[in-house]
Amino acid sequence: MINELIKQLFRFAFLLLLQVLVLNNIQFSGYINPYLYVLFILMMPFDTPVWIVLLSGFLMGVSVDTFMNTAGMHAAATVAMAFVRSYVLKLFAPREGYEFGTEPTLRYMGPAWYLSYSVLLVSIHHFIFFYIEVFRFNEFFSTLLRVLLSILFTMVLVMLSQFLIYKPRDRK
Amino acid sequence: MRNLFLFLWRNNFLLLFLLLESICVYLMVYNNKYHNASFLNSTNKISANIFSVVNMITEYLHLKENNEWLVAENVKLRMALPNNKIDTATQSALIKDTLLNQQYIFINAKVINSTVNKRNNYLTLNKGATAGIQPEMGVVIANGIVGIVKDVSPNFSTVISFLHIKSKVSARFKDSNYFGSLVWEDDNNPTTATLKDIPKHVVFKTGDSLVTTSFSNVYPENIFLGTIKKSEIKPGDNFYTISVRFSTNFKNVAHVFVVKNLMKEEQKKLEQETQNDK
Repeated sequence: MINELIKQLFRFAFLLLLQVLVLNNIQFSGYINPYLYVLFILMMPFDTPVWIVLLSGFLMGVSVDTFMNTAGMHAAATVAMAFVRSYVLKLFAPREGYEFGTEPTLRYMGPAWYLSYSVLLVSIHHFIFFYIEVFRFNEFFSTLLRVLLSILFTMVLVMLSQFLIYKPRDRK
Repeated sequence: MRNLFLFLWRNNFLLLFLLLESICVYLMVYNNKYHNASFLNSTNKISANIFSVVNMITEYLHLKENNEWLVAENVKLRMALPNNKIDTATQSALIKDTLLNQQYIFINAKVINSTVNKRNNYLTLNKGATAGIQPEMGVVIANGIVGIVKDVSPNFSTVISFLHIKSKVSARFKDSNYFGSLVWEDDNNPTTATLKDIPKHVVFKTGDSLVTTSFSNVYPENIFLGTIKKSEIKPGDNFYTISVRFSTNFKNVAHVFVVKNLMKEEQKKLEQETQNDK
């Protein structure tokens, strides 16, 4: 339990710093703003109580907001994503249910499951965030382009992370 | 009542979700309405410190560009100094004319090689004729002089350092206008020079500043040269021998300005004519 907590805290800090110090400085064009920090919510174990997921999403969002001076925007998007996560998990649950103490990873759940799970949640987060950020409808299509490109780029990073970080642990 | 609790319990996630979202909305609205009202921005202690630490590192990575930019900026500022302009208002004009003409322009260059420990020292700069550098131009830094350009190739130039047997510059006290010649006699000490030709009656004290005079057609007026370290009058001599501490640290001169006097030729020609008339 303590180990799990430390692991999650470390992951929180790592993703937060990666986001605000590295990814926020990536400038391919104004249209690509990947937000990889949502990986923190994506990777929480299946059996995490929903209220913990919600609160973690809030904390993560507020922390990113603090660094980016976007008070509340990332938090709102991340909380919404965390809320939807529980329904998505229910929707995508295998017949025999999730194994206790496992995490949703590409290796464990398979590419088809993982892609649909992460694309759905990342899209929800990005749609909410970018539209809150712009907060007007006359830039609807340019925002849409930004959302789609950013989803694509975030997903590339999410998939990369699945191949890079969690290799040894998932070998069973 | 029991039903209410049951309802709350059944929908606890939804309620928590709504609560958190309303906090977010509150934060957004509050943040838009009042500047600087919340601590949730990057000026707070934690995030500002993280950013400044990271900035220390990235700043280091960009040190080179930043230096070059600053040098270019300094050149611009230096050209704007009133010292480098000549007053075109004639004395006879009734209305005081404040038009100023540029007399000196500065070309920034980097020192790519230099010595200080020889009797005659030279520097090499990374700019040459294509940058507009010509022989006999002065070379200065922000707070001191470096030397005079000797040879020029298209992309490089050599500079006779002030640490040279032939170097000589007319120097005056910043406060009193008495002037003398500054030379480098002090063998192998790149930090001190000697000021000569200051008559006995001049009053000054240790630590006084010396600047260039307007006599030189190489250096602009009022360039800082150094401060007085110690002075003595040798027996039977009518002049002080003054030891001067350079303001230029020759050991680590890195970025320099080459001074181009736009009116040098004019001045030279005129002086030549006067000489010939004698």
